[in-house]
Amino acid sequence: MNDQIDHHISPIRTYIIVFMALMVFTGITVWVAFQDLGYLNTFVAVTIAVIKATIVAWYFMHLKSSAKITRVVALAGVIWLIVMFALTMSDYAARSWIPFPDPW
Amino acid sequence: MSNSHSPHLHHHFHSLEQQRQASSLGMWVFIAQEIMFFGGLFCGYVVYRNMYPEAFAVASHQLSIGWGGFNTVVLIFSSLTVALAVRSAQLGKKNQIIGWLVATILLGVIFLGVKCIEYSAKWEHHLVPGIHFNYEPHYTDDALHESTGSEHGTDHHPAPAVYPGHVQIFFAFYFAMTGMHALHMIIGIGLMIWIIWLATKDRFAPEYYAPVELFGLYWHFVDVIWIFLFPLLYLIGRHVT
Amino acid sequence: MTEQKHYINAETTVKSWLLTVDHKRIAILYLLSVVGFFILGGTAAILFRLDLMTPQGDLLAHETYNKMFTMHGVMMVFFFLVPVVPAVLGNFLVPIMIGARDVAFPRLNLASWYIFITGGLFALAALVLGGVDTGWTFYTPYSSTYANSNVILTGLGVFVAGFASILTGVNFIVTIHKMRAPGMTWFRLPLFIWAQYATSIIMVLGTPVIAITLLLLVLERAFHIGIFDPALGGDPVLFQHLFWFYSHPAVYIMILPGFGIISELIACFSRKNVFGYSFVAFSSLAIAIIGFFVWGHHMFITSQSIYAGLIFSILSFIIAVPTAVKIFNWTATLYKGSVEFRTPMIYALGFIGLFLVGGLTGLFLSSMGLDVHLHDTYFVVAHFHYVMVGGMVMAFLGGLHFWWPKMFGRTYNQGCAVFTAIVIFIGFNLTFFPQFIVGYLGMPRRYHVYPEEFQIFHILSTGGASVLGFGYLLMFCYLPYSLIKGKKATANPWPATGLEWEQTTSPPPTLNFIHDPVVTEEAYAYAKKNEEFYRQAIPAESKDV
Ligand SMILES: [Cu+2]
Repeated sequence: MNDQIDHHISPIRTYIIVFMALMVFTGITVWVAFQDLGYLNTFVAVTIAVIKATIVAWYFMHLKSSAKITRVVALAGVIWLIVMFALTMSDYAARSWIPFPDPW
Repeated sequence: MSNSHSPHLHHHFHSLEQQRQASSLGMWVFIAQEIMFFGGLFCGYVVYRNMYPEAFAVASHQLSIGWGGFNTVVLIFSSLTVALAVRSAQLGKKNQIIGWLVATILLGVIFLGVKCIEYSAKWEHHLVPGIHFNYEPHYTDDALHESTGSEHGTDHHPAPAVYPGHVQIFFAFYFAMTGMHALHMIIGIGLMIWIIWLATKDRFAPEYYAPVELFGLYWHFVDVIWIFLFPLLYLIGRHVT
Repeated sequence: MTEQKHYINAETTVKSWLLTVDHKRIAILYLLSVVGFFILGGTAAILFRLDLMTPQGDLLAHETYNKMFTMHGVMMVFFFLVPVVPAVLGNFLVPIMIGARDVAFPRLNLASWYIFITGGLFALAALVLGGVDTGWTFYTPYSSTYANSNVILTGLGVFVAGFASILTGVNFIVTIHKMRAPGMTWFRLPLFIWAQYATSIIMVLGTPVIAITLLLLVLERAFHIGIFDPALGGDPVLFQHLFWFYSHPAVYIMILPGFGIISELIACFSRKNVFGYSFVAFSSLAIAIIGFFVWGHHMFITSQSIYAGLIFSILSFIIAVPTAVKIFNWTATLYKGSVEFRTPMIYALGFIGLFLVGGLTGLFLSSMGLDVHLHDTYFVVAHFHYVMVGGMVMAFLGGLHFWWPKMFGRTYNQGCAVFTAIVIFIGFNLTFFPQFIVGYLGMPRRYHVYPEEFQIFHILSTGGASVLGFGYLLMFCYLPYSLIKGKKATANPWPATGLEWEQTTSPPPTLNFIHDPVVTEEAYAYAKKNEEFYRQAIPAESKDV
């Protein structure tokens, strides 16, 4: 039980800066959606969303000053999500592959 | 265990610190659960988006970036006000807690109001999945989006031929995801009213403000969901005209 | 002599039970409710088992047969097996075993029971309104397009009950992290706690997915939005992905707590420390985690890509490793122990044998090629009943008999109990072993009418089911009887190690302990315990014989 939580109170300035950063990223994500990057469009959109979500979790949700176990729990949620996506898509991505050759 | 007689300490905890850590960990475990709850919807979305990319792009053009973007700003702003409410609670400033939460409620109501406008536009355009659904590629409810609007009245439509059923799947996910998100916001607004009531009863102190803190985590999480929903639903294939 | 105050007689009004936040009372509420659901699911099983005696199925109409096996599955899986150990024994024991006064969130705990009951009422309402015939798996597009609309109610029932499970999981994770008594380090925790912790991980990270999946199914069924309807471009197999993402790990929700119980029982009745404590502890976590990687083995015979099938097949083999670690360590614990054949131990030994059969036949089924032949046959039915009934129910009964004196302060008749345990073991094997054979010979599951050459196996199976049912009936006699006429139990009748035995009374007081305990030794310090026991039993001068 030595997960000491830092009772640190963030200054208002931090919150304002975080808010501004989120606004800027929102602007970027709209702007970039109209640029033709081919397959990268989705990738960029999701990357920006991940960055925004991380900022919210780190500063607004105080993961920055949280106990280790709290971060582990948050990370576990994300990792399990990735497992679900990866294994489900392993099916959909490979469905159109050629079947095994007939051994005879 | 200096504070073992604090009125805020529940009988089964030994110290306020233990109680605080437990409630915050509990909320995070609950959020992990929420990630998977929405994750199921996102997983279905990813599968169909990969299966029917054109239909999803075409369907996405039916959504209004204007309203979606506006709501994104509103929600991020409400995240800021909640963060400030939690900060006020840490400092023990009761009136500020109430003020920031009222602001958050207002922003939440604005968000939901915009959602209502969007939903009713979808209903008018027969884009709500079900027997009422009838996909007509010409409709746009958004002046921002001229590219398909300019095609009105011509037989030649720029969108690739898409099967209306696939468009319906997009809207099924649109309504399931934004609807579930809106439901979370409605619950959140109810929680805020309760917390404001607690605050008026002077239930909070700098050593005990768990409801405010936990609610803050919840509301930020709802914000994070929207941060993903906005690009995934509103911004698909905008670069192809 | 005045009656000692404990959690049962602390308050006696009905209201004090319905509004209790005491984890022990909530455990009792859960016990009563899951037994109710067990009786419902069991009745359905009796009906269709009798019906299967004849190849034409003379007892039930075709639709009724379908509704019966569906009800059996839904009740037994979602309303009995999933909550039975976590919400009953787990709720009762987790706080006591770690030396806490209650779970971290007592009111959420009570809420979880009400949510569970609400979900159960939904499912019952569907039953009363005509029943569902989709099977407990609710496969699309049958459930979403063709089946009757009671699917909606049942789906909502399971959806709602899922949140009860999630709340229990959240509660346990936080309780185990934050409420342990001073000195109760992670590696002093009883293995039952490790198992509950692993189970809670699955409950928290898996259950929401089935909740949202069933919600989508309900939407699809109600509005025909096309998500799972191939005619509208949907993919019915996506439902199976999402469904099994939860429902395979759910198998571990159903069996992991059983593993925890068995570790306790084997240690106590071999009078030894569990062999390889940390391996057993971590194998629980490994099972919980790897359990999420294997769900595709339910879908070999669908449009699932064979390449994905290969991955799922390999991963399914891998999960046998931590499971085998447990079995080996339990048998190693038995080795050179002074084994006592008390009632709980008989269930534990029965568990090891039956679970071994269930687990190994699981490997048959995770081999893709073999599964093509065995998929959806009685072989599968036999396999999961060996795991679920032979494993989990045996473990639960073992645990119930082990902690019964602690929970109610009374002892049951040992002779009756041993006899019943043996009847149940025999009845179980007679019911399900023939199903391996008939399944291998090609009898598909969920069929009402079958070729005559299979009849002998079905008769054996029904006969076994009668013996099994008789065993359960006996239990419904002597256990309630013990509550009234049973001898008063001492604080530690076996005697066993652990805070629940050594530091509190039977039954425990409302806040679990008179003095908050401090832990100074490892779990399962049976060597020390035995020494104390002999020092008392044998006069001092003959001690060094
Ligand atoms: Cu499985």
